[in-house]
Formats: sequence, structure tokens, C-alpha cells
Amino acid sequence: MSNLAIRCEGLSKQYRIGGSTDHYKVLRDVISDAAAAPFRRFKNAARNGNSNGIDNRYIWALEDVSFEIAAGDVVGIIGQNGSGKTTLLKILSRITKPTRGHAEIHGRVGSLLEVGTGFHPELSGRENIFLNGAILGMRKSEIERKFDEIVAFAEVEKFIDTPVKRYSSGMYVRLAFGVASHMETEVLLVDEVLAVGDAQFQKKCFEKMREIRSQGRTILFVSHNMSAVRTICKEALILERGRVVAQGEIDKTVDQYLSSISTSQSLDEAIETNTFSITSVEVTSVSGPVVKTFDPVQVRVRFVPKAEIQDPGLYVSFLTMDSRRLTGLDLKDFVTSAPLPAGEPTELGFTIESLPLMPGTYQVEIHLKDMAKRLIEFVPQTFRFEVAETEVYGGRKLDRWFGSVGLRAQPLQNIVRKDAKS
Amino acid sequence: MNTDLSVARIDPPSSWPAIGVRELWEYRELLYFLTWRDIKVRYKQTVLGAAWAVIQPLFMMLVFSLFFGKLAGVPSDGIPYPVFTFCGLLPWQLFAHSLTQASNSLVGSQNLITKVYFPRLVVPISAVLAGVIDFAVSFVLLLGMLFFYRIVPGWQVLALPGLVLLAVLAALAVGLWLSALNVQYRDVRYTINFLVQFWLFVTPVAYPSSIVPEKWRVLYALNPMVGVVDGFRWAMLGKPESPGAPLLTSVIVVFLLLTGGLYYFRRLEQQFADIV
Repeated sequence: MSNLAIRCEGLSKQYRIGGSTDHYKVLRDVISDAAAAPFRRFKNAARNGNSNGIDNRYIWALEDVSFEIAAGDVVGIIGQNGSGKTTLLKILSRITKPTRGHAEIHGRVGSLLEVGTGFHPELSGRENIFLNGAILGMRKSEIERKFDEIVAFAEVEKFIDTPVKRYSSGMYVRLAFGVASHMETEVLLVDEVLAVGDAQFQKKCFEKMREIRSQGRTILFVSHNMSAVRTICKEALILERGRVVAQGEIDKTVDQYLSSISTSQSLDEAIETNTFSITSVEVTSVSGPVVKTFDPVQVRVRFVPKAEIQDPGLYVSFLTMDSRRLTGLDLKDFVTSAPLPAGEPTELGFTIESLPLMPGTYQVEIHLKDMAKRLIEFVPQTFRFEVAETEVYGGRKLDRWFGSVGLRAQPLQNIVRKDAKS
Repeated sequence: MNTDLSVARIDPPSSWPAIGVRELWEYRELLYFLTWRDIKVRYKQTVLGAAWAVIQPLFMMLVFSLFFGKLAGVPSDGIPYPVFTFCGLLPWQLFAHSLTQASNSLVGSQNLITKVYFPRLVVPISAVLAGVIDFAVSFVLLLGMLFFYRIVPGWQVLALPGLVLLAVLAALAVGLWLSALNVQYRDVRYTINFLVQFWLFVTPVAYPSSIVPEKWRVLYALNPMVGVVDGFRWAMLGKPESPGAPLLTSVIVVFLLLTGGLYYFRRLEQQFADIV
């Protein structure tokens, strides 16, 4: 049996929810909470018919999570939004403590929960490499050794002494990922970091991840991007409502996960990102009750900005169910949008003249942006929609052999005479 | 392949955590980089730059000299009032700035605390250390004033590093309590300015501690800055002649506050990422 890298036993994490909307307390709230608590409990009990004394203000983000990961394994952690993936990584990287249970990690741990943690906009690229490296737990000598490699990876040689606030967002994320990916720890914990940046950057990251994998290091990789998980990981672990529901070979586990996620696209609860609160994402046909191939369709994203958005942007990608990217639309290519005030419900989207997708199930992935602040926020959940089974080309039903893309086509038929010289 | 690797255990919060001095030592480079960042960033995009470190105590000295020294006729132990008060202002500003910075340091580092692990003590400690540089800059100005008034410090000046350390530790001791409290109760943020202003008046900066009635001296010395400021004047100017008693009280009070602060901080630290 191979050596163990990570072992978790009964890890549980409880969070307090409700009460004041802010995460931190003000003394006044503590006092008023204390006064209101008995009533609230009574009210909750009445509403939910819940009289067994369970306090609804607490939720278990993780519940009794146990698993083992062998050294050198690359494991994808998959699950819906709120299933506890990030909480698990936070506990393993010692940012937060578990409420119950314990874990054991063999070797140094590097965690990459966010690209560019601790970057200071006023400092130069060179200074930020050292600062960020130190924050991530690298030694100064280690950073010095890797310095040239990091700069080359980030392609910022010319701007290395420029404050990073003058960097383009591409340069910024490349530099940040560059530092983080050069950590030499035995165990690496990576959260959804590949969601930022452009396609070329993502490709670069993939290559780097493969390189890290080939060095025999243990990686835990959280992602919503199933094709990324499939390419990088050997094994996967599914979390659902804070519990491990499956762990096993990558393809089998990802398939199991894909078939388990619900098909409903209405949101019971708004999805919160840092700056946006997304209330609904819809793909509807303009010409009928169901979406059919070549229908004119509308994609509408409804959300409430939490801060003023000066230069709003929206990127909509269409993905197959195994997360292969088919095509995408960027609002920037069409219009310059007016600023959006904070707190106002807003709808952005596209009208697509003709939807070139074959019958089947697809996912929509959303990025909301504020170009003025170079802010790109990935909505960490995709939205399913169905293209109804119809006779696309006016004939028989088409099977999967025809792929995902529908082509508007006309038959071409000519008789080519043998004796006609061109 | 990894039989010789270190094993880290992750457990639920404990009620009496260790201070973790060894781990802190392992992260000394981070401490260095955070301090360096604070210093580097503080005066970026300011026209006067590090001169701000001098301007503040300089103007305080001018105002004190005019209103307390000249108009109110506050005594100054026979020393020219400007030197007398500046000598008190230096350790005071070191303490007040470091304390304010340290108290706001954790809340200001939210993004780090929720995304990366490192011993959280690094944050307030680096905030306090960054204050020492400002002190060093304005200390040069004090030397200039001594030269101007032709005052030559005696052998007591050797005690200076120890006194600076005491001021820093006092700031850290109070800063640890306030920074940890600030994470949980943002009221603290509004209290700090008020606290520092109040504290200035119960510290012998604008007046000598000799004007405090004898029977109140013991109570008065419980303020650890009394010992520090008296000690500082004694080291540089030779007055007051024997700061021994308040200085000893100060060391004891700082030690108690610091030990308590460390434990309180380490205990609350375990939930910082969840509540900040």
C-alpha cells in the first residue's frame, strides 16, 4: 500500500447563519440578539414545526467527512455550490478549525484558495513576488532560486519593477499563479483558481498542473469545470451538502456526479458572489414554450449588484454536460453598457437569432464583470437547459453521433458532366 | 517516499492553546516582509514621504510648547520646555501609533486571514515593528535639539534600547487585546482614537510626573507609559533623577498585559477566519 498523504476522520464544521446580515458583530447586535433569541427560536419552531430544540441559526457546512488520500494522488473535489468544498480546503490548509473530528497531513502544505492573495497594488512585480511568496509560506532563498522561472512564466520581464496596479489583469493573474505554482510543498490544495483569466492563461495553468502532478506531489483540486477535473485528476471525491457521497476513479465518479445534479434551473436561493447576487438565469425560446434547434432564444441573467458597477460586462459560455466549451458571447463585443447602481435588480443578456445546438442538455456558465475595476467574477454554478428532441433537418431524429452543433444547411446538388472542362 | 515527512494534525479549537513561539520563529521571514511592506507602502504617493514621521511630533511639540509651556506655564523639571516635551512625545508617538496600527491590523488583513494560513500573531507584531522606523526618524530630530540646547546625555543613555523595547511591548500588549476584540466587535475601531487621546493626558508628556500628588503616584504608575516616558527623559536628559519605581511597575504591568493578551489572542485566533 502506498503512503498516506491526507487522512480525515469525522471532520465537521458548523457555521452560524442568519441573525445580522453582516459577518461581524456590533455590540448592539449582540445585546439585541440576546434579547430576541428566545422569540426567534420560538418563531422558527413554529414555522418549521420543529420542536426538537435544534437551533436553525447554525448549519453544518461539513458533516462527518472521512477519507484517505495516498501520497502522489491527484484528487478532484466536486460538488454543487455550498456542498462544502471550500470549507474542506480551508480546514485542511488550517485557515479555519473544524468543529469536530480531526485530520492528518503528511508533509508541507501549500494552499491556493485565491490567486494573488496579499498582492499589494502599490508594490512592484518584483516586490510582490517576495511578499506573496512569503505569505504562501515560501522561504526567501526558495523564492530567489525560483525568481527567474516565475517571471518567465508570468511573461512580465519588462514590467518587473512597475507597480502591479499598472498591470493588465492578464499579467496580474499570471504573476500571481506563477508565484503560487512554484511552491515546493508535498501537498497542494487548489481551489477554483482556473476560473479566472483567458483561455491562454488557463492552458498555461493546466500545463503547470500537469508538471506538478508528474513530480509525484499530492494535489487536491476543487473545480466546477468537469473537463478540467477529468484531465488533471486520477480520482474524484463528491461532496453533497457537506458529506462525502462517493470517492473513486475519475471518469466513473464524474459521470455519477453529472447524472445526480438536478435539472431545475430556477434558483431557490440567490447565488452570491463577492459583488453580485444572482437571482435567475434563463434560456428561453422566443418562438415557443420549449427551446428547439435554430430557435431564436434569449439568455437572461438577473442579478443585484452589491456595489455600483461602472462598466458592466457579461460573459456567457455554452458548455456540454461534460463541460466542453462550445461557444460564448461577451456583451462587450456588442455594446458599451451604462453604469449599474448598487442594489438595483438588473437584467443583462442576449437575444440569439438562431441557436445552433443539437437536441440535448447543455450548461450555461456565467461570468459577470466590472471592466472599470478589472473585476471578473465567475458564478460558481452552471445552469442547465434542454434543447428539445425535434427533427432538426426536417427528417429523422438525430442521435449523438451528430455531435452538439447544429448547422443551418441547404443541400447542394449538381450534375457534373464528365466532358465539361473547367 | 514520505516516511520522514512532518505530520501536521488538525484538531478542533482548544481552550488553552500554546503561544507557538517556535512556529512564529519559522515564519520570521513573513514577519520581515509584512513589516517591510507596511513601511514601504505607508508613504507611497505622498509628497512629503517619510517627513511625515517628523512633522507630527514636531507640530505637537510646537503646540505644547506654546500653550502648556509658555501660556499655562507648566513646569518642566528645569529643562527647556520644547526638549522636555519632545522627549516625552517620541516614546508616546511610538506607543500610540503602534497601538493604533496593531489594533486595526487584523481587520485590515481580512483577505489574508481568510485565504492563507500563517501564525496570526505575525500581523499585529509586524504592525508594531513598522512604527519603530518612524520613531528612528524623529529620534534624529531629538538629537538635533539636544545639540541646539547643548545638552549631553549621561551614561543613562545606555538604557534607551531597553526603554524603546518596553514601549513597543506595551503597544503590542494592548494591541493584541484590541486587535482580537476588533475582529469580533467593530466598536473597537471607534474606541481606539478616543482611548489614545485619553491615554495621552494620563501620561507625563506635556507635564512632568512630579506634579502628580505623592499619594496618587502608585495608581498613576499603573499606566505603563508613565514609566516609559519618565525613563526616556531620564535616559536622555537625566531628569527625573530616579524613575526606578514607575519603571519597575511598568515592566510588571506590561508583562501581565502581554501574557494575557497572547493567550486571549491565541484563543480567539482559532475563529478569526470565520468571523472577520
